[in-house]
Amino acid sequence: MTPSRTLRLDRLLDLLMPVLATVVALLIGAVMLVLMDADPIRAYQALYEGAFGTKNAVADTLIKATPLLLVGIGICISFRGGVINIGGEGQMIVGGLAATALALSMPDARAEVLIPACLVASFAAGAVWGGIAGVLKAYFNVNEILSTVMLNQVATYWMIYLMNNTLIDPDQLTAASRIPETDRLPRQSDLPRIGGWLDSIYDWLGLGGADAARWTPTLLHIGTIIAVVFAVLVYVFLWRTTLGYRIRAVGKNPRASRYAGIRVKRYTVLSLLLSGGFAGLAGGIQVLGVRHRMSAEGGAIAFTGNAGFNGIVAALFGKLHPLGTIPASVLFGALLVGGNKLQRTVQVPSALITVLISLVIVFVVSSDLWSRQRARRRVAVAAAEPAASPGGSAAIEMDQAK
Amino acid sequence: MIDQLLDSSVLIGIAASGIRLATPYLYAAIGETFGQRSGVLNLGVEGIMLMGAFSGFWAVYHTGSLLAGVLIALLAGLLMGLGTAFINVTLKAEQGISGIGIYLFGLGLSDLLFQQSFDSVVTVNGFPRIHVPVLSRIPVLGEIFFQHNLLVYIAFGLVPVAWFVLNRTTLGLKIRAVGQNPQAADAMGISVARVRYFTVILGAMLAAIAGASLSIALLNVFQQNMTAGQGFIAVALVYFGSWRPFGVMAGALLFSTVNALQLWVRTKGIDIPAEYASMAPYLLTILALVLASQRVDQPAALTKPFERGE
Amino acid sequence: MKKRWLVLVLLIIAALTLAACGGEEEATPTPQPTPTVEPTEEPTEEPTPEPTEEATEEPTEEATEEPEAEVTEEAEATEEAPEEAVAARAISLDIPEGETFRVAVVMPSTATDLAFSQSMATALAAIQDAVGEDRFEYAMSENLFVVDDAATALRDYASQGYDLVIAHGSQYGSSLQDIAPDFPDTAFAWGTTVNTFADEGITNVYAYEARSEQGGYVFGVMAAHLTQSNVIGVVGPIETGDAKLYIDGFVAGVKSVNPDIDPIVNYIQSFGDLALAAEAADAMLANGADVLTGTAQMVPGAIQKAKEAGALWFGTQANQTNLAPEIVVANQVYDWTVVLEDIINRVLAGQLGGEAYAITLANDGLRIEYNDAFDLPDEVRQAGEETADAIRSGDIDVMSQIETLLGEPAEASD
Repeated sequence: MTPSRTLRLDRLLDLLMPVLATVVALLIGAVMLVLMDADPIRAYQALYEGAFGTKNAVADTLIKATPLLLVGIGICISFRGGVINIGGEGQMIVGGLAATALALSMPDARAEVLIPACLVASFAAGAVWGGIAGVLKAYFNVNEILSTVMLNQVATYWMIYLMNNTLIDPDQLTAASRIPETDRLPRQSDLPRIGGWLDSIYDWLGLGGADAARWTPTLLHIGTIIAVVFAVLVYVFLWRTTLGYRIRAVGKNPRASRYAGIRVKRYTVLSLLLSGGFAGLAGGIQVLGVRHRMSAEGGAIAFTGNAGFNGIVAALFGKLHPLGTIPASVLFGALLVGGNKLQRTVQVPSALITVLISLVIVFVVSSDLWSRQRARRRVAVAAAEPAASPGGSAAIEMDQAK
Repeated sequence: MIDQLLDSSVLIGIAASGIRLATPYLYAAIGETFGQRSGVLNLGVEGIMLMGAFSGFWAVYHTGSLLAGVLIALLAGLLMGLGTAFINVTLKAEQGISGIGIYLFGLGLSDLLFQQSFDSVVTVNGFPRIHVPVLSRIPVLGEIFFQHNLLVYIAFGLVPVAWFVLNRTTLGLKIRAVGQNPQAADAMGISVARVRYFTVILGAMLAAIAGASLSIALLNVFQQNMTAGQGFIAVALVYFGSWRPFGVMAGALLFSTVNALQLWVRTKGIDIPAEYASMAPYLLTILALVLASQRVDQPAALTKPFERGE
Repeated sequence: MKKRWLVLVLLIIAALTLAACGGEEEATPTPQPTPTVEPTEEPTEEPTPEPTEEATEEPTEEATEEPEAEVTEEAEATEEAPEEAVAARAISLDIPEGETFRVAVVMPSTATDLAFSQSMATALAAIQDAVGEDRFEYAMSENLFVVDDAATALRDYASQGYDLVIAHGSQYGSSLQDIAPDFPDTAFAWGTTVNTFADEGITNVYAYEARSEQGGYVFGVMAAHLTQSNVIGVVGPIETGDAKLYIDGFVAGVKSVNPDIDPIVNYIQSFGDLALAAEAADAMLANGADVLTGTAQMVPGAIQKAKEAGALWFGTQANQTNLAPEIVVANQVYDWTVVLEDIINRVLAGQLGGEAYAITLANDGLRIEYNDAFDLPDEVRQAGEETADAIRSGDIDVMSQIETLLGEPAEASD
């Protein structure tokens, strides 16, 4: 075997490792299902069906993945910049609030104006919320884990306040069983559905049979495309611009960066700002694309769906690479959507799904060890035989393995 | 308005309530302090708390013995800690993400076990309030400090012990060395892995007691997700306290006392929007840290897995 | 070395999962709770309003233990809700011979929350008990606080051809508004609300709500009679839906008896934080409250505090007596079978929506279950029952009482 072939095999193994880990987690899950008197084969069939089985299922998965991806690319920026942003929940909420307030205040605006304005507002609000944590860290020595955890709660209570007072649906005010929620947002603020476009593409490709399930009835909205576009842009930003390079430099070695003349504090603020901005945008897109109103009923999770935390998982599954985060969010979204379908099909307690997902996370993150060990070995091989190895890719590997 | 709060009975009530509320944070945050001092960030505290809360509750329900409750909770903490340490130390997993996994595992498993063992919310006879002889009769102070359940006293007793262990023992030296410079520690013959296993497991056992302090002492019930985010606050409080037990205690007391205060404010009918009152503990905790504004570097090796020969 | 560790952790996980899924416990014989830590120290130093309760403490504790240990699970496939007080009313459904009526329900918290979600789970179990598993099937998706997950579930159940799909949470409304028109042949029900979306031209949605203010009012009247300190406390989650109704009704009931009592109402802004609920209750107790009530999932925390201080408790949404048999006076229990029965019969007759229901005292959907172990003075019970009768007959309109006594909607609109 030539070294390059072993290398390719190794890369393949790297890709397979998380899959293998997921399989092991699901096998343990299968044992649990059997113990709960549920048929594991039927259950996992349902998991797949629910995530990818129909166009509707795929759409659900992609809708679920959208906020994960947006939060995730924000996480890529902040983790690369050396700050741990666990304030995605709060940033999503303020983003959602900004979009909601703006849409409600401009009921007559045209969609072309209203939607971009709302999305910009949600990004800005999230950026402010993240930026606060950034300023606190850079200039006041307040650790970002502390401030973001606290700010999540502050955002939640602020949302409840606004739902109960300023932004409440006037109809709810007079109702005896008043629900603290806003009115439905004006229709023109709804993010355009993209099922119709997809169908025309399918038709053009000759794939859209007459009675085959169509994309049109699905709820897939343009937010998914926006998220993917931003993922690409963030990749370009982080690896192809000076600003992005400096963020990464600060994250990798703040002291060296300082000696190199980079103003570390500014970049700390900037990475939390951008990170918060994307989480805010995720919130805005949830409101305009999915919920069409905000509500305090059910608490923060009813709105965020835990995407502020799950986005971290997606980003780290994607090796903190914006492009890697795309498939990672889709797979994690699939797991969440499919897990619920599994619960419906075999009627196990929802807690079992939570355990199942946690096992997948733990196993996948643990399996990383072997990839890293091989990456290191590869570097050793590459160093030994510089001529025979694609040095560039090994360097990237090293970079990804931190 | 404010004068309604300046009554001695009110202040006593707030202070006593703050101490009770601080207890679970204290256990969990002191435990987390050990882990972080040795370089391991465990974001899964919340999940371990829930497991501890459930297992302690389960044991007390079935045996009626509080000691059994504490022991079983400790055992649950030990198992969760072993798993956490294995993932974070041996498998060197990314600590932020594995913590979320551990949290979800505890959240789901505690609920699942609860649903399998009980049909609905039930109650146990937990730790009673102990009126410390003599001391509890001291006016004001007695009411504030000496009328709590046993787990409250232990939590506060733990703080100087933790300080002593970290700062005055060889073990503490090892822990700090491993967290600050694992390479050097390794060169000195300290087993980085063993120290981290110890701190993570200790932290998890304390987190489990934190959960049990709710389910078999303060509340005497178990409910799905009953910790309601306290584990995450506890992690935040470790940063508040700059990895020092007394600082952590100050943070826990500040946060909890403000929380008690806002409850009393509303009990007294003072007209502040409830939502803003609820925000107060979170905002004031940040603000206090801003004002204290001290430069304490985190353990240099925090979140970094140890690789020999790096 | 590493492999050995892996095996160990796998074993641990396997052990835990086994424990989780083992279902049946090895029928542990009910051990008597032996208090190990000095029970001699009386925790109640605050003035206890009802000295008689102390005496009842011991036997009732055993009472809580026994039924729990006896319950053995029968059908593990669906998580069973407790079936204590199910057959309170006769249920008759017109399901044709040989057919099965299938219901799916989506709800925010878990089916064992001793509150809102459990009330629906209990109702479905009761119907199944009454008509038989072969003729009535139901599927549940619990813990769906996340609204878009709930929406996916609703859509999926509808597309699976369930005869009735229930969205059990007011937060699901806007999703349902989008979903219902896509499944014109499926009947939906949404609660708690009065809105069937008929205004939007949607014809396949039933609405239901709990007029929890009625029981709240009755309890308020009783509380005002029972209190000796004239301080009464209420622990609420956030100001919404049936929680707000119940609390408004309760406060109005108190004031109808004694306008001078201003119940302490504390919405703690959380549905899940038991510790906060407990301390909120504690603050009320320290202020002299001797009667408490509260609503939503986090109240068990408050109940424990009331028990510790010997204050009285009124429960709502589900029967909470077993949490503190010494101090629970009565519970307002939601029985959705009243609503479900009629909805199902209408669906069977071909009507898919358009009706708004409420469970009330009058239609027995709200039941007041007294705690037999609690020694309630006759005149208080009488006052309560008279009030309940007056509400049933329409002599008391709680809504207008709330308006006059609390000035609610007028105040809220400014």
